[in-house]
Amino acid sequence: METKKTALHDQHVASGAKMVPFAGFVMPIQYSGILDETLAVRRNVGVFDVSHMGEFEFRGADAEKFLNRMTTNNVAKLEVGQVQYSSMLYDDGGMVDDLLVYRFEDRYVMVVNASNIDKDYRWLEEHLDGDVELKDISDRTTLLAIQGPRAIELVRGITDTPLDEMAYYHFREDEAGGVPAWISRTGYTGEDGFEIYACRDDSERLWEVVWEAGRPLGLKPVGLGARDLLRLEASYCLYGNDIDQTTNPIEAGLSWIVKTKKKGGFIGLEPVLKARGKPHRRLVGFVLNGKGIARHSADIFHDTGKVGQVTSGGYSPTLDKSIGLGYIDKPYDETGTVIEVDLRGRRIPAEVIQTPFYRRE
Amino acid sequence: MEIPSELHYTRDHEWLRTEGEEATVGITDYAQSELGDIVYIELPEVGVDVVQGKTFGAVEAVKAAADLFAPVSGEVTAVNGSLDQSPELINQSPYDDGWLIKVRLAKPGEVETLLSADDYRKLIEQSGGD
Repeated sequence: METKKTALHDQHVASGAKMVPFAGFVMPIQYSGILDETLAVRRNVGVFDVSHMGEFEFRGADAEKFLNRMTTNNVAKLEVGQVQYSSMLYDDGGMVDDLLVYRFEDRYVMVVNASNIDKDYRWLEEHLDGDVELKDISDRTTLLAIQGPRAIELVRGITDTPLDEMAYYHFREDEAGGVPAWISRTGYTGEDGFEIYACRDDSERLWEVVWEAGRPLGLKPVGLGARDLLRLEASYCLYGNDIDQTTNPIEAGLSWIVKTKKKGGFIGLEPVLKARGKPHRRLVGFVLNGKGIARHSADIFHDTGKVGQVTSGGYSPTLDKSIGLGYIDKPYDETGTVIEVDLRGRRIPAEVIQTPFYRRE
Repeated sequence: MEIPSELHYTRDHEWLRTEGEEATVGITDYAQSELGDIVYIELPEVGVDVVQGKTFGAVEAVKAAADLFAPVSGEVTAVNGSLDQSPELINQSPYDDGWLIKVRLAKPGEVETLLSADDYRKLIEQSGGD
């Protein structure tokens, strides 16, 4: 498979980014350092090029009905200008992807994980029904995330859209930096912030304008390394780590995006109803009480028996603690349970704690 | 990439500075740069014997963990206690404040088996380092 570059590849390299292959793209993993960038977003403001994410457009009289059948949240409840976190399931209840649905006046847009673009598109295409026109617009869409307590100041400097009126998980189709853009109050960091979608051809212009407005605020470029830590601190699931085709949304703690009573149901409803009855394991957060970082797929023990597996782990600079997420069998998933995580042959004591690890004030 | 000429190096990216019968051990600038932010460090206690080529500890960076291999054999005579609270010293000053352990050389001849600064530079250039 050819490796793709985002439109801002050269800007990242010029900014000192370390570039790595990710989901078919070459992407910046870090610039000044993962910890420095993480704290910059918590304390100030950072910009992420996440143009590798996928975007699908849905038009036609049956678009709402189709999306409601394909996704677990209730698309019928979406108002124009609103965004919804949701997921798609296989027939057996395993997860195809987690995603966002945007409702425009004349269409819907689904935003999916970069690593799942082809798979998701095929899944949607196979199920197309009625008057629905599906289009993959990923390659012509640039996405910049501007996140942090000062993100609103920055974005105010590049758009006339009334941001104070824009609630969390809402968006406007407008202009940013003089180019057409969707300005969305969403993010994957646990901070206030915006995600700005624009045409690929306008990427450089948008990047420059963001830097003009951001430089006086101390804006920093942020790579995928810090993005992963920020989302872990906020306890957001990462597809491929915490959720995948072998997990269902109930055990992942995503019941709130699964509307089992909505009209018409959705693909994967029956297995999800069964799982809702008695999940045998649950995705929980834990903190290590010893040195080390819990890496993906490390085993979790209680006394002598294996009771679970780590799905994500990292050092949290915001909390100065080593934290992680993992699936733990009941009843060891209760908050306060003392567990052990096997790190390269050493058992490190840990404790199940409430998530999110970090919540902004 | 800083590679001080007076030090000896291993293929596993540790350095050795000899001072008479004693030697100081650390990881190279290249190693810390490849690892990125180091957040935890595991080191042996004073009095423990380390063996050339064998693991004597580990560094845990945000991205990944890496074993530490002893450049020479001998008894550990000192451990850099500052790293417990400030492992970032390894990133900031890999050849000075970020040193790891000091060892009393059991087999001084082992030093001759290590790489020179020039050889080490060639090694990291071949592995795509800069």
